[in-house]
Amino acid sequence: MDEALNFHYDVDGENFTSAGNASVQVKRKLRQLGFPPELIKRVSIAMYEGEINMVIHANGGKADVLVTPEVITIVLADEGPGIADVALAMREGYSTAPDNVRSLGFGAGMGLPNMKRYTDSMDIQTKVGVGTTITMTVRVS
Amino acid sequence: MTVSELALKMNLTPLSLPDGDREINGCYAGDLLSWVMGRARADNLWFTIMNNINVLAVASLADVAAVILAEGVMLGDKEIEAAKAKGINVLTSEKSTFTLCYEAGKLVL
Ligand SMILES: Nc1ncnc2c1ncn2[C@@H]1O[C@H](COP(=O)(O)OP(=O)(O)O)[C@@H](O)[C@H]1O
Ligand SMILES: [Mg+2]
Repeated sequence: MDEALNFHYDVDGENFTSAGNASVQVKRKLRQLGFPPELIKRVSIAMYEGEINMVIHANGGKADVLVTPEVITIVLADEGPGIADVALAMREGYSTAPDNVRSLGFGAGMGLPNMKRYTDSMDIQTKVGVGTTITMTVRVS
Repeated sequence: MTVSELALKMNLTPLSLPDGDREINGCYAGDLLSWVMGRARADNLWFTIMNNINVLAVASLADVAAVILAEGVMLGDKEIEAAKAKGINVLTSEKSTFTLCYEAGKLVL
């Protein structure tokens, strides 16, 4: 793999059944490209948590993944409500998820912490009433 | 130990067993999906009572060896088809999560 590869996905805000499809597809592509399983797991889980957050909290959004031999970059952008207090949202266990989402096993308040744990960098740009863009990178070696 | 061997020893009912030769290296129990994604290791057994479609995505992303449904929890037909298509092992048992963990722990740890 010499050139950069770019993948784009629209994440449907209504649909909990298809939530995660983009991450599962990215996982498959990274596997075809021959990346090590541990790296694939980190990238795909970080992306899945972000994708689920866009479905639960932001009525959907867009996901872009840039793959180079050195680094994988995931950009998740939505036009949802934004996050008023990022430090609070990053706290393990903090969640505003509604009960119907909790009954599916989501809403543990561990999504953003997982995204941080599994990536080498994570940047959150957010504005209340405008939306949220989260950029994560995972270094390949 | 492989998933198929464990299924025989523990009398688990396979709902989807496309990769029975997969080796097991440990166990994780939990129903909150983010905890599973944050803590379960690749090739672990995952014990849970959750059975919605998102469980399959989490099992695939966390790369677990098998999902073991406790308390007689079943998968729907659609989910069984999806599990087979994605190559995810899912088995079920009437026993509680604790009993399953206890028995599996003696066999695989
Ligand atoms: N894309 C987003 N848009 C708006 N709010 C968000 C977004 N992502 C996360 N949040 C807020 O941050 C909180 C914590 O997120 P997270 O750690 O993933 O936990 P959970 O999704 O289980 O609630 C959420 O409950 C929500 O209030
Ligand atoms: Mg979340």
